[in-house]
Amino acid sequence: MAKKEKREKIPRQPMPEQDPKERSKNFNEVPYGYTPELAQREAKRCLQCKKPKCIEGCPVGVKIPEFINLVAEGDFLGAAKKVKEDNSLPAICGRVCPQETQCEALCVLGKKEEPVAIGRLERFVADYERAQGIVELPEIPPSTGKRVAAVGSGPAGLTLAGDLVKWGHQVTIFEALHKPGGVLVYGIPEFRLPKAIVEAEVDYLKRMGVEIKYNYVIGKILTVDELFEMGYDAVFLGVGAGLPVFMNIPGENLCGIYSANEYLTRSNLMKAYLFPEYDTPIAKGRNVAVIGGGNVAMDSARTALRLGADNVYIVYRRSKTELPARAEEVHHAEEEGVQFKFLTNPVRFIGNEDGWVVGMECIQMELGEPDDSGRRRPVPIEGSNFTMDMDLVVIAVGTGANPVITSTIPNLELNKWGYIVADPETGKTSREGIYAGGDIVTGSATVILAMGAGRNSSKAIHEYLMSKG
Amino acid sequence: MFKILDKREMADNTVCHFKIEAPLIAKKAKPGQFVVLRPNETGERIPLTMASTDQERGTIDIIFQVVGKTTALLRTFNKGDYILDIIGPLGRPTHLEKLGTVICVGGGTGIAVLYPITKALKETGNHVISIIGARTKDLLILEEEMRNASDELFITTDDGSYGRHGFVTDALKDLIEERKDVKLVVGIGPVLMMKFVCKTTEPYGVKTMVSLNAIMVDATGMCGACRVTVGGKTRFCCVDGPEFDGHQVDFDELMKRQAAYLKQERQSYDLFLEEHGQ
Repeated sequence: MAKKEKREKIPRQPMPEQDPKERSKNFNEVPYGYTPELAQREAKRCLQCKKPKCIEGCPVGVKIPEFINLVAEGDFLGAAKKVKEDNSLPAICGRVCPQETQCEALCVLGKKEEPVAIGRLERFVADYERAQGIVELPEIPPSTGKRVAAVGSGPAGLTLAGDLVKWGHQVTIFEALHKPGGVLVYGIPEFRLPKAIVEAEVDYLKRMGVEIKYNYVIGKILTVDELFEMGYDAVFLGVGAGLPVFMNIPGENLCGIYSANEYLTRSNLMKAYLFPEYDTPIAKGRNVAVIGGGNVAMDSARTALRLGADNVYIVYRRSKTELPARAEEVHHAEEEGVQFKFLTNPVRFIGNEDGWVVGMECIQMELGEPDDSGRRRPVPIEGSNFTMDMDLVVIAVGTGANPVITSTIPNLELNKWGYIVADPETGKTSREGIYAGGDIVTGSATVILAMGAGRNSSKAIHEYLMSKG
Repeated sequence: MFKILDKREMADNTVCHFKIEAPLIAKKAKPGQFVVLRPNETGERIPLTMASTDQERGTIDIIFQVVGKTTALLRTFNKGDYILDIIGPLGRPTHLEKLGTVICVGGGTGIAVLYPITKALKETGNHVISIIGARTKDLLILEEEMRNASDELFITTDDGSYGRHGFVTDALKDLIEERKDVKLVVGIGPVLMMKFVCKTTEPYGVKTMVSLNAIMVDATGMCGACRVTVGGKTRFCCVDGPEFDGHQVDFDELMKRQAAYLKQERQSYDLFLEEHGQ
């Protein structure tokens, strides 16, 4: 162990990225990732704490100091293997996890200087391993003969499947869409998470033995009870919170007004940004308003810019300090030219005779006392109405629980918003053998929290299966 | 991958019929439900209602009119070819009830959507009167099938080349006047036709169901592309429909929303025709 005073003072290494002027015109990934030199230099900043706090901040408990130590020593493949002991999707997590509020928030270094760039290092080792073309498979034990059905191939289902096959169970994922990944492919844009990376991570799971069936809308083509009849011993519901929330204000059904789900699905999953090479069209606006302040709003705004908009506004009813999006995404959006209209809320949309949106009437807001969410409540300022010319609007104010599957499972306890009631530690629901996790339990959250839920349920399902004999 | 077992051109080669191998969907599908298909990797997801299903043979039938790139591309597929993705059954099945006399009104390719519903209403014990119409005789589809599924069948053509000269709504109005005991009208066809079917029945207070063909993407209630105003409320055609009480539907809004991508659709179609040397 190097003594403290001998530790070289290294600043947090920035990650090289595409120039904002260039990147706002293309869909290529924004950050290039660390080079091996940068990664090693950053890894050397880690204090290798005896009682590492960072691990506590990771919903899947990645052995952070151990893998970072391997990076510092230049054993990048060893580091990748170490990460994968706990995280089946490191290239994804390294890109989309909110590290600043999780592992990095607890990094001891962060108290005096900047925390170790754990997320960037995780991304580096996963990318390095994939680039070498030798992604080693973990040892798979002999089959237990138990079968698990996972509904939804998003982060929760993929994590769960990766864990369960490592215990020797047979896992089939049923996916409603034609591609695996859930929100990773329909929601998160290429410039933030290249789809080739999702494919590679899913491919790794398939090589481990996970089976994925596409175009299966469970609740329609098969019910969960039918899955049990087919011989599945347990079912995990990781279907996300796929119901768009609208604002219920006049003019919302005008053409040119999208839910973020539709806008992003058209662009990401259906590749409408490559129209007419791909057949799915997408409306391109000159003046675009994105309503909301989360990561989905940032993704929508940056997509609109790349589709050629002159002006893209984030219209958010609170102030900048309350923006729920990751700081890095807000920063990226600002750099690219997204304009922010804070303390502003639309009250109606204005259309032309063809039924297209041409404008938006807004009201100015001010912040009052904190509400249930702990954030200061936005209050409209009477008489402050004004209109903005808009020819495209994306509504990104959140999602709700989609009832397609839950309404077809008898005796499954739901809460008043339609989310599944499940034990936060195990994902156990009111029905024996049915587990649930991710957004369909918690409401819209993050990729890593969904993965954490998949991780917890996999342990619980494993115990359940083994106890059944 | 879903194999095309049979292909048939209909209606003067403007409409195409596929019999497709899809055993699970065939087993589950009920009248009124639809599938979403994506023909190939670069294709879009489009909803199509199943004209019929055969549980024993494990097949579904779809009937479509060539209106743009995707349907034009589909038509180049032949017996033995594969459709990349078919998702279904989707949407709510038709509510079936023994009511008495019902009138099923179909126009154009809407008749393909109407046919399984007509059959089911008859099997439920209703006295089914059907009215089917087309612009001209050669464009009329499923006449035999509709005749077999109905107790009485009336035909109209806009140009008078077959059946009664005029619109389906003309025949509908006369029938309602004449029978007095009509409990339900089901109207399926172009949006404009459905709007006028509803306008025709409204003064008589006859309940009227329509099946809406809004633009969809995922068709599982996730994206909201297919939203339609029904009774002043926003509903999703894919999961709340496709059938709605026609007297409550805002047809003008639906027509505008359906036209949202006309320019791109034209561009896409022209490109396709160019590539296929037409």
